Formats: sequence, structure tokens, C-alpha cells
Amino acid sequence: MAIKKFAVAAYDDEAVLFPAVRKVRKNGFKIHDVYTPFAVHGLDEAMGLKSTDLHIAGFIYGLCGTSTAVGFISWIFTSDWPINYGGKPHFALPAWIPITFELTVLFAAVGMTLTFCYLNQIMPGVKKHVFHPRQSDDMFVMAIELNSQTPENEVIEFLKNTGAKETSVQIAEAGWWYGRWDKKEPYESLSAI
Amino acid sequence: MNDRFEVPGRLRNTSLALIAVGVLTLIGGIATLLMGHTDVDKARFWAVLLHDSVFFTLITAVSIFVQAAVSLAQGGWIVAYRRVPEAIGANVWIFGSILAVVLFLIVFTVRDAHGVNPIYKWVTEAEPGKDKILFGKKPFLNPGMFVGFTIVALGLWAFFGRKFRELSIAQESAPKNDTKIYWKVFRLSAVFLFVYALTQMSTAPWLWIMSVQAHWYSTLFSWYTFASAFVSGMSLIMLWVVYLKNQGNLKLVTTEHMHDLGKFMFAFSIFWTYLWFSQYMLIWYSNQPDETFYFKMRQQGPYSVLFYANFIINFCMPILILMARPSKRNYFTVTFMALIIIFGHWVDYFQMIMPGPLGEHWHINWYEIGMFMGFAGLLIFSVSRTLTKSSLVPHNNLLLKETMLHIS
Repeated sequence: MAIKKFAVAAYDDEAVLFPAVRKVRKNGFKIHDVYTPFAVHGLDEAMGLKSTDLHIAGFIYGLCGTSTAVGFISWIFTSDWPINYGGKPHFALPAWIPITFELTVLFAAVGMTLTFCYLNQIMPGVKKHVFHPRQSDDMFVMAIELNSQTPENEVIEFLKNTGAKETSVQIAEAGWWYGRWDKKEPYESLSAI
Repeated sequence: MNDRFEVPGRLRNTSLALIAVGVLTLIGGIATLLMGHTDVDKARFWAVLLHDSVFFTLITAVSIFVQAAVSLAQGGWIVAYRRVPEAIGANVWIFGSILAVVLFLIVFTVRDAHGVNPIYKWVTEAEPGKDKILFGKKPFLNPGMFVGFTIVALGLWAFFGRKFRELSIAQESAPKNDTKIYWKVFRLSAVFLFVYALTQMSTAPWLWIMSVQAHWYSTLFSWYTFASAFVSGMSLIMLWVVYLKNQGNLKLVTTEHMHDLGKFMFAFSIFWTYLWFSQYMLIWYSNQPDETFYFKMRQQGPYSVLFYANFIINFCMPILILMARPSKRNYFTVTFMALIIIFGHWVDYFQMIMPGPLGEHWHINWYEIGMFMGFAGLLIFSVSRTLTKSSLVPHNNLLLKETMLHIS
């Protein structure tokens, strides 16, 4: 995606995190993401995330599966290689329904999984910047995107006032990239933005 | 908080008017059909009574099943409107009694001009010289078994329907946070699920519906009728919840709870289709004449309109209309779909029962619609009366807080 500058705050309590998220939004800062060790109910609403359109994509993938199955099977059994199975008509729709159903489910499931991975920028074998080593352990980590309107000292000061235990400014790749953990992250050779 | 429901005059008058229509239709039916000249008219009189009483008994009994399943799973989501299934379940005995009377009258008194029972042919024809196949089924399919199973099934449903409501109301006056009744309901629910599995999910539909065409059988049949009853039973609960919400009651019920019921209507419409299709496809594929005659009559014969309407109303409409999340959270769409689903499954039961006794002479006319209205009026009248008798919020229920916080 792009290399950006972030102000990062780490909290050690959900009860502090929620008001902090609300204050940050109210103040107009742009939250890149909040990383928590477990699923925190209600955090999506506090962050103002809209409900996803992933299921609409799933519906479309499902339709693709249905039409692939019906189209391919009917092509085979009516024009490419018609076979008489026990006197059934060549266009034997009821017999195809199970396979059509399976293919619908398969397309929807695989398509939605890949779309989900893309939207969240996660995938096996693909790397992503970790803002805080304890974000998967016991800390709740909020990353805020900085720009020219939001000077870093001001934001850091603001985050400290919301109860953050640790704060830092990081320049990092916002999305995913191919690579290995033992290699340097690609931006480290770059000078500060 | 005002949590008492008082039957508005309009609802009571509507229900009484519907009952009056039903009674007039019944009298008209006796005058024109039962006293009519042809055997088909007489068969139509009884088949329609059987159809409506079976349909209404099964969809109201679903409310007992839902309560039992949720109590056993210790689910809190239903508690906000638990009084609705309770009130419907407590009135199963009314429809059960009507059904028992209709069934016993058909079995013991109804004969056509040739001395054959027009609805249940096995009553008179299961003799070695008359019908060998029915004679082979006689150990199960005979009036004694029929009456016994019917009385046991309907009696147990009526008992459990009233018992669950009684216990739920007793919890209100129990000491705070007392778990004695909670676990008693838990145990009774397990017993009821066992009873329900042996009646609604197996024997009852065999005897009441499948034996109308006793030469034909399907091992899936009871599941299929259960799915049909379940989805219309959930729609019925949905209609009551929406109605009570509109009257300003059930303040605890939020869109989240409606969404849950909407999911049930959506998911079990698909479950119904799955069973409907499984039954159809196996018979279509193996192509045995003794099985396919059942579908030949329905799909290609005089019932093809109902056969395809059944599929479109009960599968295509729910899947397309209820699939999106906003439509399950919208009062108009869920009410509309609940009415459609109840009508669709009424048609489903219609095409299960009518081809046997009536052949090609089926009608959906004044008699069928009038009887349906009569039963619907009875349902509205009895359930609304039961709802007034206790608070609509199950106070002191152990899961009340859980239901308030529920997010679907």
C-alpha cells in the first residue's frame, strides 16, 4: 500500500481503551486500526466502522458458482457428451442440484475468504507491520495516521492524556508485503517522511 | 413499566368475526357438501376440516418445541418475548381437541356410497380380499393404533404447552434468583423433546397425513412436515411479536430480537426446501412406479399449479426477500414474509392431503378459505385472551438481563 507515519498508543485495559477511542475520533484524528489480543465486543461501533459489504460479495460469488455448475454440467450432458442414464432426460436438472449447491457454497466460501484476507491485508506467508510486540499478548494498541495537519508531539501528548501506557511514533508500511521476518522491512532504508 | 396487554376491541371484534365466518362456512359446508349428492363433495368436506385442524395444531405445537429447545440450550434471546410462544403453546389443546374430534369422526363414521372411507382408505380396505398392501400395513395402520397415538400425542402436547406456561408464571412469584423452577423446566424440556421427536417428527404425520395415501410412503415425510410446521410456527410468533410491539407492549424487544426471528424464518425456509427436494429427488431418481405416482399427480397432474406455487412461495420468495440483513430488521418485510410463509405452508399441507381423497376435483374456494379464516379467528381469539392473563415481561426470569443485552 503505502508507507505512512503513525502515532501508536498502547493501553493495558479495555475500560481505558474505549473512552480513548471515542476521544480520538471526536478530536478528528484518523484511526488506522486498533489491535487487541482478543475480540472486543462493541469496539467496531466505538471506532465507527461500518458493517461490511463482504456478504454482498459472497452472494455474487455464490451466483457465479451456481451458473458455473449449471452451465458446465448442462453443456457436458446435453451437447458435449450426452449419455442415457437409466432413461433419464439429458437435461436432468434435479440430479444436478446437489452439485450445483456444493459449487455455490464452494465459490462463496473460497471467494469470501480471499476477499476477507484482501480487505484485512492478511494472508498466510504475507507480512504486515507489527506496531507493538505485545498487541497479541496483553496490550490494546491503537495506531493513528499522522499527516501535516496533525503534528506528532500534539497527538502523542493527546494520547498520553487518554491513559496510554506507552506511546511511539512509527513510520511503517500500512498494508501487507511479501517477504520474511528476518529481512529488514523495506522502508528502513528510507529517510523519515 | 406497563407490561400488561389488554385485548383491543378491534382485535377482539376481528377475531369474533373470523370465527363467525368459520362457523357459517361450516354450516354451509354441512348443508351443501356433507348433504351433497356426490362422494367427492363429502370427501371435500372432511378433507378440508382435516387439513385446517392438522395445520393449526402443528404450527401452534411448534411454540412448545421452541420453548423446550431454548430452555434446554439455556438460551436467553427468547426471554424478551417468551410470553408469546407460551401463550400459543398453552392453546394447543384447543386445536388438538378439534383435530381429535375430526380425526375420530373421519375414522369411525365417514363412509362413501361403497362403504369405503374416503379419506383414510386403510380403515375399510385393509382386508386380505380387498387390498393386500394395506393389509400388510395393518399391524401399524389400524384404528386402534391411530386413536392411541393421536390421544397420546395430542394429550402430551396439550399438557406440556400448559405446563411450561404455568411454570414460567410461577417463576414470577418465586424467591429472587431461585433456580428450582429453572432446572425443573430444563428437565421437562428434555422430556418434551423426546415426546416431540416420537410424535411430530415421526408417528403423528405418518398417521394423520401420510396415511391419506397409504400405499405411498417416504422416510423423510415427518421431517418434511416438521420443517413446514416449524417455519410457519416461527412466522406466527413473529406476527404476534410485531402486533404486540405495535400496541406499545414488549418494550424489551428490540430489532436484535426481531432479527433472530427473521433468521429463523429465512434459515428454516431453506431447511424446508432441502427436505422437500431430498424427498422429491430420491423418488424421481429411483423412478419406482409405486413411489412416483405420488409426484406424478402433484407435479404433472391437476396439482401442478400448487406444486410450483409451493416451491416459489416457500423457497424463492424467502431466500430472495429475507436474505439481506436490513430486510430481516424491517417490520414491514418480516410481517409480509410471515404472512406469505404461513400461507405458503398452508398450501403445502393442502397439496399433501387433498390429492388422495379428491383426485382432480380440488378447490380453493369459499369453503377452504372460510375454514381457514375460522381457525385463524380462533387462534387470534384464544391467544390474545391468554396473553392478557399475565405480565408480558417474564419478571424474575433468570435470563432476563441476558435478553436485554442480546445482540443478534
